[in-house]
Amino acid sequence: MPAPIRLRELIRTIRTARTQAEEREMIQKECAAIRSSFREEDNTYRCRNVAKLLYMHMLGYPAHFGQLECLKLIASQKFTDKRIGYLGAMLLLDERQDVHLLMTNCIKNDLNHSTQYVQGLALCTLGCMGSSEMCRDLAGEVEKLLKTSNSYLRKKAALCAVHVIRKVPELMEMFLPATKNLLSEKNHGVLHTSVVLLTEMCERSPDMLAHFRKLVPQLVRILKNLIMSGYSPEHDVSGISDPFLQVRILRLLRILGKGDDDSSEAMNDILAQVATNTETSKNVGNAILYETVLTIMDIKSESGLRVLAINILGRFLLNNDKNIRYVALTSLLKTVQTDHNAVQRHRSTIVDCLKDLDVSIKRRAMELSFALVNGNNIRGMMKELLYFLDSCDPEFKADCASGVFLAAEKYAPSKRWHIDTIMRVLTTAGSYVRDDSVPNLIQLITNSVEMHAYTVQRLYKALLDDISQQPLVQVASWCIGEYGDLLISGQCEEEEPIQVTEDEVLDVLEGLLVSNLSSPVTRGYSLTAIMKLSTRFSSVNRIKKVVSIYGSSIDVELQQRAVEYNALFKKYDHMRPALLERMPIMEKTASNGPTEIVQTNGEAEPSVVEPKHPPPVGQPASQGNDLLDLLGGNDVPVIPTTMPTKPASAGGELLDLLGDLSLGLSLMAFYLFDLSKTVNFLSIGIPPMTAYNKNGLKIDFTFERANPNPNVAVITIHASNSTEADMTDFVFQAAVPKTFQLQLLSPSSNVVPALNQGTVTQVIRVLNQQKQQLRMRIKLTYIHKGSAVQDLAEVNNFPPQSWQ
Amino acid sequence: LKNARSSGKLRLQKWYTATAERDKKKMVRELMQIVLARKPKMCSFLEWRDLKIVYKRYASLYFCCAIEEQDNELITLEVIHRFVELLDKYFGSVCELDIIFNFEKAYFILDEFLMGGEIQDTSKKSVLKAIEQADLLQEEDESPRSVLEEMGLA
Repeated sequence: MPAPIRLRELIRTIRTARTQAEEREMIQKECAAIRSSFREEDNTYRCRNVAKLLYMHMLGYPAHFGQLECLKLIASQKFTDKRIGYLGAMLLLDERQDVHLLMTNCIKNDLNHSTQYVQGLALCTLGCMGSSEMCRDLAGEVEKLLKTSNSYLRKKAALCAVHVIRKVPELMEMFLPATKNLLSEKNHGVLHTSVVLLTEMCERSPDMLAHFRKLVPQLVRILKNLIMSGYSPEHDVSGISDPFLQVRILRLLRILGKGDDDSSEAMNDILAQVATNTETSKNVGNAILYETVLTIMDIKSESGLRVLAINILGRFLLNNDKNIRYVALTSLLKTVQTDHNAVQRHRSTIVDCLKDLDVSIKRRAMELSFALVNGNNIRGMMKELLYFLDSCDPEFKADCASGVFLAAEKYAPSKRWHIDTIMRVLTTAGSYVRDDSVPNLIQLITNSVEMHAYTVQRLYKALLDDISQQPLVQVASWCIGEYGDLLISGQCEEEEPIQVTEDEVLDVLEGLLVSNLSSPVTRGYSLTAIMKLSTRFSSVNRIKKVVSIYGSSIDVELQQRAVEYNALFKKYDHMRPALLERMPIMEKTASNGPTEIVQTNGEAEPSVVEPKHPPPVGQPASQGNDLLDLLGGNDVPVIPTTMPTKPASAGGELLDLLGDLSLGLSLMAFYLFDLSKTVNFLSIGIPPMTAYNKNGLKIDFTFERANPNPNVAVITIHASNSTEADMTDFVFQAAVPKTFQLQLLSPSSNVVPALNQGTVTQVIRVLNQQKQQLRMRIKLTYIHKGSAVQDLAEVNNFPPQSWQ
Repeated sequence: LKNARSSGKLRLQKWYTATAERDKKKMVRELMQIVLARKPKMCSFLEWRDLKIVYKRYASLYFCCAIEEQDNELITLEVIHRFVELLDKYFGSVCELDIIFNFEKAYFILDEFLMGGEIQDTSKKSVLKAIEQADLLQEEDESPRSVLEEMGLA
């Protein structure tokens, strides 16, 4: 059999292949040759063959059949064989293959070999890919080598120990004695690897950390020598002595000084020295400064030092080198919470970075800018940020828009400015605005009562320009639906009022319905808006016509709404005004995050209002019309709804349904809602009860079980006032026996209007794990006709179903 | 992990954590795409998964290093540079072909410089000397055999 071709020749040959297929052919041929060579147990050429295999492996071809051959090479006496064998082991084997364990014995022998380079190979392989079993078996050998006087081996043993500890943390203890005089070494290699080892140990074990704190003075001394000593050609990099070691020491100091006053104090001077004396013209110096800054910020440094650190970062921001700027922004982002004022000083530089070409830098600058916005700089900052929003890449727009909304909400200097800012965002980045911003924006708008006319006017004008940006269109249609009357009447104070007729407004809204650009959600909004205008405009017939057209729309959502609205026109016209009345100001109890969900019905989204009827209703409703039938059956004046007070944040689904959020004051109105939720509720059927009725104040309780926890009874109180004067400052409090747990959510309002014109509702959740009879003591305080009234009462007449 | 590559072909790769072959390939492919797409003026750092990637281009070769959250990016650039210097000194003005045809030597240098992702020795001289000595050992191995081969006795 001819000698297998040499490695170089193979490489050359493969590189001549012009196509992938040709290459594959060559590889396959060679692999076959190698395989047969392996089968023949040829010792001479094994090394060459494995080397070739490794090359082919790097090109992406399978090479697992060479694994055992690597082991044979490792076991060979020849250094060349071992070198390739160990390399092969590192490239082809890892702890996932059982085969690797066979290496253990070889490595053990080689760790004790007479030639240090063989020992080195063994240590390296173990330190790069050793599995936990291997590490356990060989830790003793490594520990021995850690104590040798041979610095070549000592440094490798140290890093090998690091790997062992990473794989088998319990073995950390055994290396402790050997660490005793590691730092007294002169050899930089040993010093460097020792610091790495110490760092690893301190990071993993608080005991070790405490133990090694005493090394701080020694570390400080070593660092000092590095800085002060003259030029050392062996370790010099651009005029700095062994920057790698410096950085490593700084990092270890950081870990040791964190949270410890004494250690931190001991390192203050050296940190200041490094910070001021290091050359900054090249990357090396800056790398050291960077590490120094990180250390200063993490330990308990004195304020002067911290300011120094932040100023270094500020200088970094002005550096031409992008990498330096990037690193500065990242670090500033980490420190902006704790050292806010110091970072503020560099605000203008940070804002300039928004204009940088590099994507990563822009993103960091944006995040940092938002973190720096406060009441004083809001106007200036917002100008920059809006400019950024206009010109930035699409990937930033959503985050930037959300950030702008948040900042505006927190620091808006005036309501008008706030509305203007929102408008600006909607018109420039409208399609990137997050869906959940729409309800938030609507809530903001309703709260700026005096700006309603201005807002609706601006939104209307924006719609005339462009109907493609869905969030804008949704907010606009909602507003027009709510405040269309203000639009028509031309009442705007803030700017020149526009002359708009009812027909023009309806044209616009109808246009949205038919446009291809509108999403189904948007269509829902516009239909509802049109409907609402039926109580605000006089062109009711036109509206009726539009609504009935959509009663046969293909879109189920639209159809359902249209059908219900139609029913409203036909059968319940007397309710229509009340239903479509102006929305009250919504209370927002939480701005983001998980919110208190009262009636979940097993679903994650907060459910919309469900009307509760005082008389128990047994029939499940299956379609929209059916429910209205139920209502239609009573001639009682519009039944007060009980509304759970829910915070306003939540998915667009809420708004999808109606374009309304139900919060705040309870209205004499029903909101059409997702019927599946009603069905669930109606089938519960716990009868409501009157809990208190005195001096004209009547408090009713209605019940529901909260999913998923059936032990929680959700009670909604309805307070109504039959006297001629309002009851203001109304506060309801409740207490339950010890075996229960009570949670009281916010009330809908604290004014109970006179003559039963409205009710105040509030939700109580009672956890009744022991299923005991529910009892409650309530306390009521309010002001009536100028005098304060207070009353206590016991409520004992809970229906059995509420607590069983 | 650390790898050196050019125009889409991997020349060297070193993994310091055990990863399945398939995953390695996937990650390398992904990284290659991202790094090769970077424009020359962009900064040398990017975020990828939960790691930071530090890369530097030398002629036709890209050298990439994946580091963890708490590692210092700027010093990693220096580490890359030191490795390239070592290659340069060893091969005498290294070029890509050197690394292609002598990949195993490049690995030997890497393994003498780094272990488990950390620097073994901060002295260039020291690392190069060790490689030299090891190469000598290799030659001692080989020379007797080649003499015999020449004599036609092997």
